[in-house]
Amino acid sequence: MATLNTESNMTAPDDFYEGLIALHRDLTESESALVNAKLILLLANHIGDPEVIAAAMDAAREDLGAPGVRP
Amino acid sequence: MKTYANPVYAWKRAPERDGPAHRRPVIVVGAGPVGLAAAIDLAQRGIPVVVLDEDDTVSVGSRAICYAKRALEILDRLGCGERVVQKGVEWKVGRVFFGHEQVYAFDLLPGSGHRRPAFVNLQQYHLEECLVDRLAELPAAEVRWRHKVVGVMPRDNHVLLRVATPDGDYELSCEWLIACDGARSPVRRMLGLEAEGQMFHDRFLIADIHMKSDFPAERWFWFDPPFHPGQSALLHRQADDVWRIDFQLGWDADPDLERTPERILPRLHAMLGADAEFDIEWASVYTFQCRRMQRFRHGRVLFAGDAAHVVSPFGARGANSGFQDADNLAWKLELVLAGRAPERLLDTYDAERIPAADENILHSTRATDFITPKSAVSRTFRDAVLSLAKDHTFARRLVNSGRLSLPHVYRLSPLNTPDREGETFAGTMVPGAPAVDAPVEGTGAPWLLDHLHGGFTLLVFGDTVPPAAAALAEDPSPCRVVQVDGNPANPNSLLRDRQGLLHERYDGRPGTCYLLRPDQHVCARWRSFDAGQVRAAIRRATCND
Repeated sequence: MATLNTESNMTAPDDFYEGLIALHRDLTESESALVNAKLILLLANHIGDPEVIAAAMDAAREDLGAPGVRP
Repeated sequence: MKTYANPVYAWKRAPERDGPAHRRPVIVVGAGPVGLAAAIDLAQRGIPVVVLDEDDTVSVGSRAICYAKRALEILDRLGCGERVVQKGVEWKVGRVFFGHEQVYAFDLLPGSGHRRPAFVNLQQYHLEECLVDRLAELPAAEVRWRHKVVGVMPRDNHVLLRVATPDGDYELSCEWLIACDGARSPVRRMLGLEAEGQMFHDRFLIADIHMKSDFPAERWFWFDPPFHPGQSALLHRQADDVWRIDFQLGWDADPDLERTPERILPRLHAMLGADAEFDIEWASVYTFQCRRMQRFRHGRVLFAGDAAHVVSPFGARGANSGFQDADNLAWKLELVLAGRAPERLLDTYDAERIPAADENILHSTRATDFITPKSAVSRTFRDAVLSLAKDHTFARRLVNSGRLSLPHVYRLSPLNTPDREGETFAGTMVPGAPAVDAPVEGTGAPWLLDHLHGGFTLLVFGDTVPPAAAALAEDPSPCRVVQVDGNPANPNSLLRDRQGLLHERYDGRPGTCYLLRPDQHVCARWRSFDAGQVRAAIRRATCND
């Protein structure tokens, strides 16, 4: 059973980050939101494993409290 | 309406107004699709049934129009399937559009060897007329039009009803009451019961138009089309050159204003072209909800169809699930009335149909969330899915314009006998699944489901049926044996599976046995025949264990 890998898994993290920011250049906020949503969908489908995806969702929201239970 | 005139059924004075009231075994409240189906099923089983309806005609407007394969198979058993399919419009292809473009198309029933199509579209009034006509052929059944139930008084061993008619009130009592009186169920209200759930903040315009057109008989669904920006639209073909068009309007739309031709015509011309020629048959503005009662059985009152549970229309899960309610209930009531099963068999109506309702509510809620996003981020994800779907196949499975109705599998039903240890079966015919049809040859009809005759059936694959099997037909809870392929001298009903589809769909091998309930659901299966185990499985499936 796969688990969410939160150790560094990228050979060039700075390149990735620069690319992510560059992806949104010249976009309005709503266009950026759409691009982000498409990116999440593409990556989530590539990962596929529902437990890994659920763990990533939990981690993304961890400091904001679970849905329905704001701290 | 140009293409249809509602029949007016004659009101008759109740005999109870002039003489003693005999207790009825079953009364059905509501002559809609579900009430009529339940009444036909019971009357076919020889149970006297009275249907009470406050109105004197069938549905006004087309309302529920999509009847799924399983509902058609139930209608076949009720003697109406052929007429519904002949009158209706078969379809299986759906197309989804986003903005100007088609993002994908689906085919619901690829392959052959199925008697019934994935869906037939037919106006609810036509369907109800078929059911009313069928019921009139059955001596055990009676519909009383303009007999309105105004009081429901449950007693220990019966239910007393107060009925209002044009010439006065009367009382009527029954052993069992089936309430099929719709989403606003007066019976439910009179008993102080509620259906709880969620209401969606959106409004839809539904319009039936009469139009000669070359559009194919397919389901077309648009998200954000150029002719109706920011909202969704749906086009469906019905019988008599009538087309169903749905426009999403949003919560702020004024329902009275949107119903007027001045508002509807520009919307239709934007969609169909400025010079399109059509007549508006019927139009309505609706909101929708997903709700269900906590329990469908309340003592001697059983709720079915929209009275028990309502869903949004996306996915055609209203009438289709209502037919399955009736299908589940009728044989159980028959056995209980005959004293061949204890009353607790009726508790399994809850055990089986509540999970079915929850499955429908889940699918319909998810479709509604996709079609009517409730937040900006929800809409962003929705649009992201749609814009990916054209070029990336994975996203097509995320597009949800309604997951179209499939019958519920009673996987966790207490009436199922689990598979014997070590026996495995490929395919979908698990205990709890409705029997899938297949073409057969032999005496009688060319489809398997027509050979399942309203009681328990043991479907046996293989060359010879053991002599012990014939004795099952003589049991107190009898079981017919239907043999697939084998010795023609065999006294059992014999089917030939020349195309091999029956073996394929049931993973049939020599000796394989399937026990099918009166509603055609699988309740047990074995790799070899054992009369004792068949009898035990029937006892379990009738709560006689």
